[in-house]
Parts: sequence; C-alpha cells; structure tokens
Amino acid sequence: MADNLTVLLDESGIKRALTRISHEILERNKGVQDVVLIGIRSGGAFLAEELAQSIAMIEGAAIPVGAIDITLYRDDIKNHTSRLPVGKTEIGFSLQGKKVVLVDDVLFTGRTIRAAMDALMDHGRPECIQLAVLIDRGHRELPIRADFVGRNVPTSSKENVQVVFSAQNQPLEVVLEK
Amino acid sequence: MAEFKHRNIIALRDLTKEDMELLLATAENMREINSRDIKKVPTLRGKTIINLFYEASTRTRTSFEIAAKRLSADTVNISPSTSSATKGETLADTALNLLAMKPDIIVMRHAVSGAHYHLAKKVTCSVVNAGDGAHEHPSQGLLDLLTIRDRFGRLDGLKVAIVGDITHSRVARSDIQGLTKMGSHVYLAGPPTMMPPAVEKLGSVTVCTTMREAIQDADVVIMLRIQQERQGKTLMPNAREYSRYFGLNPENLKLAKPGAMVMHPGPINRGVEMSSYVVNGSQSHVLKQVENGVAVRMAMLYHVCGGELE
Repeated sequence: MADNLTVLLDESGIKRALTRISHEILERNKGVQDVVLIGIRSGGAFLAEELAQSIAMIEGAAIPVGAIDITLYRDDIKNHTSRLPVGKTEIGFSLQGKKVVLVDDVLFTGRTIRAAMDALMDHGRPECIQLAVLIDRGHRELPIRADFVGRNVPTSSKENVQVVFSAQNQPLEVVLEK
Repeated sequence: MAEFKHRNIIALRDLTKEDMELLLATAENMREINSRDIKKVPTLRGKTIINLFYEASTRTRTSFEIAAKRLSADTVNISPSTSSATKGETLADTALNLLAMKPDIIVMRHAVSGAHYHLAKKVTCSVVNAGDGAHEHPSQGLLDLLTIRDRFGRLDGLKVAIVGDITHSRVARSDIQGLTKMGSHVYLAGPPTMMPPAVEKLGSVTVCTTMREAIQDADVVIMLRIQQERQGKTLMPNAREYSRYFGLNPENLKLAKPGAMVMHPGPINRGVEMSSYVVNGSQSHVLKQVENGVAVRMAMLYHVCGGELE
C-alpha cells in the first residue's frame, strides 16, 4: 500500500462496528417495531444492507431496507461542469409514521445528510429520522450530528476518507488518504 | 464516468450512443419521482423554461411543462395564437426579446426544419427541440428507445418496423437516428409517394416495398400518423385505400413476432393507420410511451442545464 494511505478499519473492524451500531439502534428504538433503514447511494446503501442482516441475526426479525439517491437534491449542482448521473431511489414501502434510520458511510460536511433529509420528506412524514454512519470525520458545515457512529476520526479537510467495497458490495476496509 | 456536454438537444443525429445511454439511464431513475405522492424535486429551482410552440401540440407541450415543473423550474408557455409571430415578428427578433428576459432553456416547436439551429446561434441559453418541420423530434425518439428497452432490456439486434409517411415524419427521422445508433435493425415501409429519396442516407435502414416485408418477424412495429395537414391531397387516393395497404390490423399484426410491441407517436387516426382493435389491444404500448415521455424530458432538461458545448 502506498505511503499516503492509512487503514483506519479492516474488514473485521467494520463488522464489529456495524454489530455495535445494530445493538444501539435496537436499544434506542426498543426493538424493530416501525424501524426502517434507508441507505444513501452508493456506500450508505451497501452498509444499510449489512446493518439489516446484522439486526435480523440479533433480533430474529426482518427489517425493511430502502436506498435513496440524493443527486437531484444536492446544493452544489452548479459546481460541476456537467450534470452528475442520477442514481435510483428504491423505497418500496411508506415512510409515514416510521422511525427512519438514515445510513451513510462517511459523515463530513453534513450537506449530503441535509439533501437526504429533504428527499426523505418528499416520500412521506416519518415519525423521526436517526442517522447512522460508519465514520464521522468532522468538519461539519451544517448543524447535523449522527446518532450512531462506528468510529470518530479526526482528519484535516484536505484528507480523504474512503470506505472500500468488494465487487459484491461488501465493505472491505476504511482508508485515510493524506 | 459518462458526462453529458451538450448545451442544446436539437437532433439525435448530433448525439452519440453514450449521450443517449446517459439520457435513458437518467430518465429511468427519474421515473420514481412520477410515481410518488410528492412529484417534485428541487433540482432546477430558480431556472426559467420557455415553451415556444409555433405549431399545435397537446401531448408534447404538456409533457415538457410537467417535466419542467417536476424539476421545480418555472415555465412560461407561448403558443401561435398568443405570440407576436402573428404580427410579423421574425424568429430571430422573438428569440432576442425572450433572451432579454433571461430564460435558461427555450423548448421550441417550429414548422421549419432546422429552425432550432438558427435559434441556437442567436441565444445564449439552452435550446431543446420539441419538433421541427420534417427534421427531428428528439424527445419522441428517446422515449421510443426507453419504451422499447423497458420491454426487451436491450435495443441491439431488434427488428423494428416503421410504417407510414416517412417523408413528413420527424418522429421517423429521430427514431432512425436513435435506433440505428443503438444497434437495432430498422425496416421502413410506406407508399412510394411518402418515402423520401435517398432515405438510406439517414442510417443503415432497409427500405421495403410492402408493409408485409417490413413487419414480418418484427419485434416492434412503429406506426406513423398520416399528416394530412402537411401532405396536400396528392399523396394517397383516400384513407380507405391507405388503410388497406399500410394500416395495421389484428390480421397483419400476426406477421410480426408473437407479442411484438406496437407503438404510435400520437395523435392516432383510428381506422386509418391503425385499427381500433390494435390501438386498444394488449400489444399496444401507446400510453406507456406517453408515460415515459415525462421522464425522458426531465432527463433532457436536467442534462442540458449543465452542458457547455454548442
């Protein structure tokens, strides 16, 4: 591995963090009643699937999972020279009165989460929205914080944190690029 | 990553296969917006879109307007009866006056082929073609591609018959451009009086002398409207005779592959180019085309807003 890359979490580290977050989600919501997971494309959507599996193992009950694409809700569309490709939003159930756990891989400025919350509201009125992230790297530009965090990582704003996924969308490792 | 660099969409002839694939992928993912309770995203908030229609249109104008509104753009409609064109203003003058009001996109339909290239030279905003004369109708071409791909999961290798008045049809020209670039095999049929000279130059198409030849084993049959307003009176003896040789009915539809798709850009002359049995039948995808039209136009408006190239 190149000198400018540091591994923050390996595969088993990610697994342990997701297992702990699963327990915390169950503890906070007193089980899976009315709880749904919505992952933000693309990394968050993969992690939401992982969390759903781990919650199902712990609780023995399936939990609805959806995916949301926030491209059309971004606030930085003008900063790109051409329009970004639009991904698919797949929420096969109503959000009305649900406890939505929004899942993302890396929490940074908070702008993605703002966009995702706006997008969610256009799909109905959930009872509440909670936020689960694998990595919180700081540098918030909006008043947003996560309810469930895998690992807090102090970074400089010039660094880059990336969750690497396998071809089967399994999380492999979290790397910090200097 | 694929990027859409065009500022205008005037003809599918100007787009590459990759451009069209990106537009179709965007349209596919935008369909979700049209099926939910709150059918709106904030993407084009603060953008102004002028629908400048010099020719009558219900479907296309409504579809473009709904597409713009679902992306949160503001829309203004100008139709022939309310425009200064009736007072003798030239297209160039109209364009400059509209431009002074700072629109971001002008969606235009015009009776003159190529009018949009003229418009695009005069204005700094994006120009989207909603049909120009007998040239192209790119949004219809793209929605046809999307509707066919929905059904077969692909476009390459399909046999697509286009039947009717090819000469006057901008839909046919856009379909030919789109389908041949995506690898479909296009077969054209129509009365010799309605087949343009040198039609092979539009793309790799096969020109058939009978309808039977074109629709035999076709996966898709696209029927065109007989455009009586453009034709004058000399191209066909009468509607009944046309219908006998080039109309689609349950009998000759059996020549196509079982379950072949039947499409029509609308408005349909029932009993002329298509019998009502076929229009209302299970193989007809006419309303699916209209539904896909909104998503395709949303994708077009979204991508031209970020484009730079002329």
